[in-house]
Amino acid sequence: MSNWALILYCGLITYLTRFSMIALIKKEMFNDRIREILSFVPSAIFPAIIFPAIFINDIGLIEIDDNPKILAAIIAMFIGIFSRSIIATIFSGLASYWFLIFVV
Amino acid sequence: MKSNLKVFLKGIIDVSPLMIPVVPFGLIFGVLAIDVGFTPIETMAMSLIIFGGASQIVLLQLFSGGASSLVIISSVGAVNSRHLLYGAVVSEHLSDLKLIWKIIISYFLIDQAFAISNEYLKKNKDHNRYFHLVGGGATCWVIWQSTTFLGIILGAAIPEKLGLSFAVPLTFLALLVNDFRKFINVIVIIISGLVATLGYNYIPFKAYVIVAALAGLFTAMILTRKNKKA
Repeated sequence: MSNWALILYCGLITYLTRFSMIALIKKEMFNDRIREILSFVPSAIFPAIIFPAIFINDIGLIEIDDNPKILAAIIAMFIGIFSRSIIATIFSGLASYWFLIFVV
Repeated sequence: MKSNLKVFLKGIIDVSPLMIPVVPFGLIFGVLAIDVGFTPIETMAMSLIIFGGASQIVLLQLFSGGASSLVIISSVGAVNSRHLLYGAVVSEHLSDLKLIWKIIISYFLIDQAFAISNEYLKKNKDHNRYFHLVGGGATCWVIWQSTTFLGIILGAAIPEKLGLSFAVPLTFLALLVNDFRKFINVIVIIISGLVATLGYNYIPFKAYVIVAALAGLFTAMILTRKNKKA
């Protein structure tokens, strides 16, 4: 598949999710149980992007020793938990990462 | 009733604070897309056509890992499934809209605009209340397109040593800050993260995002059921 087709399909599926939200889905379609499960979707899907980006190195192997991303992510997580600020989380993580690779 | 323009402007004002984190996110997307091998035009087209930060980053992440198109598209679908919950909430406020408006508004129905307008729609019953959603969505659209563009231009000037790709997991981490306070969510986060990391090389077709998400949801199902019985 060409890059352009890939972009179009990803755009289409993103758009259709949004359209179905307001045009097809009605409140009655989800009972409390399904709604409860759906509320866990971010917690279930974002770590699948977060963890490999931290623990898997450039050649596709798990790297635990000598990996400054782990400590930086932990610092960012605690800053996030206490500040509840998206921007503070991102910048504290980047700042710690830079501190660990350039200074320490 | 307020004029359409006033409601539109109110949407812009209300959504503005939420635009601060969108700026680095858009820049990072622009920089990374070029880095991964997309042309500047393709990168701009992604922001114009897809117009969704999480969808676009997942596309890049899997594309650079060599995943097949089918896996990329279904992973993008899985990432978007979180929106189904919003639909159940917001659709009741928009049920009397004409179809053409639903078609237009769907393009702008991104997390930030939704979060802000849901509050407004709850309190306001005016006929033109959905202009609020369009105002918030349009603001985010302008920020997203211009920061993508800036990222494309700056990309070449930013040294690879800075490790800016690390901003991707940080951005998603930031979206979970409220979930880290809830016990069941933390378990779900750990299960999903472990499955994705350990399965990264072993789950075929780079379908690790989908497999990990399903494992996480399954964990949530089991834990919430036990929770009720107790």
